[in-house]
Amino acid sequence: MQRLIQRLCRGAAVIVVAAAGAVPVAHAQEGPEALVKRVSQDVIATIKSDPLVQAGNQARIREVMESKLAPNFDFTRMTALAMGRNWRAATPEQQQRLTDEFRTLLVRTYSSALAKYRDEVIEYKPLRANPADTDVTVRTAVLKPGGAPIQIDYSMGKTAAGWKADDVIVGGVSLVTNYRDEFNEQIKSGGIDGLIKTLADKNKGAAAK
Amino acid sequence: MKRRAGWAGAARALAVVAAAALAGCAAAPSRDDPFEPMNRAMFEVHEVVDKTVMKPLIDVYTAVVPKLVRTGVSNFFNNIDDLFSGVNALLQGKPEKAGNDFGRVMLNTFVMGGIFDIASDIGIERGGEDFGQTFGVWGFPQGPYLFVPVFGPTTFRDGTGVIVRIAVGPVGYIPDIPARNILYGIGAVDIRAQATDAIGIAETAALDKYRFIRNAYLQRRQYLVYDGKPPPEKEEE
Repeated sequence: MQRLIQRLCRGAAVIVVAAAGAVPVAHAQEGPEALVKRVSQDVIATIKSDPLVQAGNQARIREVMESKLAPNFDFTRMTALAMGRNWRAATPEQQQRLTDEFRTLLVRTYSSALAKYRDEVIEYKPLRANPADTDVTVRTAVLKPGGAPIQIDYSMGKTAAGWKADDVIVGGVSLVTNYRDEFNEQIKSGGIDGLIKTLADKNKGAAAK
Repeated sequence: MKRRAGWAGAARALAVVAAAALAGCAAAPSRDDPFEPMNRAMFEVHEVVDKTVMKPLIDVYTAVVPKLVRTGVSNFFNNIDDLFSGVNALLQGKPEKAGNDFGRVMLNTFVMGGIFDIASDIGIERGGEDFGQTFGVWGFPQGPYLFVPVFGPTTFRDGTGVIVRIAVGPVGYIPDIPARNILYGIGAVDIRAQATDAIGIAETAALDKYRFIRNAYLQRRQYLVYDGKPPPEKEEE
């Protein structure tokens, strides 16, 4: 069963690779599928060619994440989705802090996954959506010799600043759904401020390492 | 010396169980996880055993055994899994998938006894079916979630599947008991070694590791039972 978790997370490692975008503004007309493809290929190229990333330099990996991947995620929407009905109960200040802390946590998780990237190949499935849709799922599969392919789907929403990812589903496991339960539990025991504190403590603990 | 360390570990594990059992009482059990207090205690045991026994063992294994050999070990066990994937694909009424799996097993077994995965190299994907999924396809409910130390997350349904799988073999049919146990041991080491990266990521991502693993496991199994097309999730609340 650990093999299963491992597979999920290996997928998560490659999410990273398949996720978001380098030059967000320059491609305003770009469709969600093309965006995922361009960004993932750009990130892969960087990982493969950057000597610091190759050497496992965490600071550099995070820099790559921040510059190439993070701009293509809608972190506010991700946080709202993970909060579920609790989102509306939060004040604008709380919402902002939640988004900031959640963003830090996600970027760090992706960075640690990114460091594990090897030589996987990404396959892009044809997009089934109408041109008018503002909410689509881009499906990809990560192929690794000797293992079953890992499906990685990006839930994409159309925003004023172009398409942005608002959930990543690795092998059927939605990141947002996974966090929704964790957030809910934290809020039940410590309220929204309790959740903010848990997130902040976790981020601080990791930064100290 | 070694034995004393083992006892210290066991004592610590017990202390942790007691603490976790107490802490667990505070958590309200959910529909999927009615045994959460017990599961959390088991999870704590698992974490201690993993840290004191499995992890050091895996570090040695990864350091001493060359990658090529480790991949061969994985392929060997995968090949047996593929055979059962084929059986389960048949039980689920998916003859095409079964054909793929049986084809894989034949090719990989005859070429190098399953140590190389030639079938994947030529593009025949692994099926990944198991008895737990078959029971799901047949309509059995997943039942309560369970966390088993060393083994990991499972449910009544999936655990039953694993028991069926062990019962039908083939390792269980090896008459030489030490050889059989060695094979089980290598299998466990192989799985844990492959999981190392993943466990690290779960640690980075999770606010509550127990919950994170449980939710991911249940989502993943649901997805597998429905072959990647699970019915839309009901909105919570």
